[in-house]
Amino acid sequence: MPDLGKYTETVLGAYGISISIIVLFVLWTARRARIVKQELKKLEARSQNKN
Amino acid sequence: MISLLKRDLLVASRSGGALTLSISFFLIMIVLVPFGVGEDPLILGAIATGIIWVAALLSCLLTLDRIFQLDFEDGTLELLATAPVPIEAAALVKALSHWLTTGLPIIIVSPVLGLLLNLPEGGMRWLIISLTIGTPSLSIIGSFGAALTVGLKRGGLLLSLLVLPLYIPTLIFGAAVVNRELLGLSVATPLIFLTAVSALSVALLPLATGYALKINLK
Amino acid sequence: MSLWEHANPKKFMSLSGFILPYISTLSMILLSWGLLWGFFFTPDEVRQGSTVKIIYLHVPTGLLAINGWFVMLVGSLIWLIRRHHVSALIAKATAPVGLIMTIIAILTGAIWGQPMWGTFWAWDPRLTSFLILFLFYLGYISLWKTIQNPEKAADLTSLLCIVGTVFAILSRYAVNFWNQGLHQGASLSLDKTENISNTFYIPLLISIAGFLTLFLTLVLIKTRTEIRLRRLSNLHLIESRS
Repeated sequence: MPDLGKYTETVLGAYGISISIIVLFVLWTARRARIVKQELKKLEARSQNKN
Repeated sequence: MISLLKRDLLVASRSGGALTLSISFFLIMIVLVPFGVGEDPLILGAIATGIIWVAALLSCLLTLDRIFQLDFEDGTLELLATAPVPIEAAALVKALSHWLTTGLPIIIVSPVLGLLLNLPEGGMRWLIISLTIGTPSLSIIGSFGAALTVGLKRGGLLLSLLVLPLYIPTLIFGAAVVNRELLGLSVATPLIFLTAVSALSVALLPLATGYALKINLK
Repeated sequence: MSLWEHANPKKFMSLSGFILPYISTLSMILLSWGLLWGFFFTPDEVRQGSTVKIIYLHVPTGLLAINGWFVMLVGSLIWLIRRHHVSALIAKATAPVGLIMTIIAILTGAIWGQPMWGTFWAWDPRLTSFLILFLFYLGYISLWKTIQNPEKAADLTSLLCIVGTVFAILSRYAVNFWNQGLHQGASLSLDKTENISNTFYIPLLISIAGFLTLFLTLVLIKTRTEIRLRRLSNLHLIESRS
């Protein structure tokens, strides 16, 4: 950890918040993508079976 | 087109809604400010311009969702779209009738409200001028937002979210005209930009408004 | 006019599916490289001390916040002119990503400004402009969510984006004007307009590249999701009819 001096909280806070937001957003995006993909697979399989 | 305007104004005056609603709302907001901020005339005087301008913005917002709603619901809007008059012109007329029932009354009442908020000497004239130049753009920008949301059941809140950020340039320059005058600075820059924003809105936005109406009528 | 009749979505899905693993890996590498380098291996700056390290977050996200809107604008124009559904969906997908970038830019800007200004918020012209951009993003996203019919939604949001762009530019000038006469605060310096020495500049570039590839990765994933959602609702429609 570099010596951040008197701005330690500031800098760590900035990095902490930013990285958290990014991680959460990426996880949410990936999760939603996966759910939709599975839904689509299910539905396509169903309509495949009908034909 | 004139007949469209006359008809609109007739409807508006019969329902009595728009005019009294906007003025009352405008007045109420101004009256509330000293209760929140304190009655110190120096403080009130310092913020008077901003308060009046913001109140004007919000009052305009109130009657926006009606501009097209009634006509949309009873099918008149569809007739207008197929009429020989281009829909952009109809949009302009609608905005004009909105301004006449909302913007214009605000302009007329503003000196009284300036008095209530202790607007300093010399500010009154430029307040009226800035409102006169700026409120038409509020109606035009508002009509664009109204056209976007015309199909929606309760689009009022969404309408505000869409329109208020678009109001920011008008607000900044309009209030700056008065504030600069009160600081003894030249009003030229904000005045020019205020006029430019209004002119730009009047010239170009009706096209977008017409387009939005056509989309919603499909 | 079913979305699936066009070759476009299929081509997009196969192309984006191919690129995705590479670009996501690249973004992870570049982002960590840039941020780690900037955080651990750069010196402090004379005036701002260690807070200068925030530029590796603030500058890239600020750039992408604006770029995101620009991507939406291009997507909107292509949709209105050429009616390519994929481009409307790209615009729709980019909005939340741009919004997140804007939020991070605002937060890092405010945190960065705190030691300088003494408060967590000051109406600095750059921060204020980002705040306005944030509102524009919110409005655009809300409109997409509220209009049910997908084609209407694409049309109306495209219109909003175009008109919004004009007013966003007007607002930028208005805010600069508004800030200059009334407040004299230190604005966030040390961005691209200043002379930054190489020790800061290179990790900054890498961070920018990292955030850019992250942006692209997210937009690709989200667009693919939107295309699949459209396909899903088409299938539901077909099912309910048969």
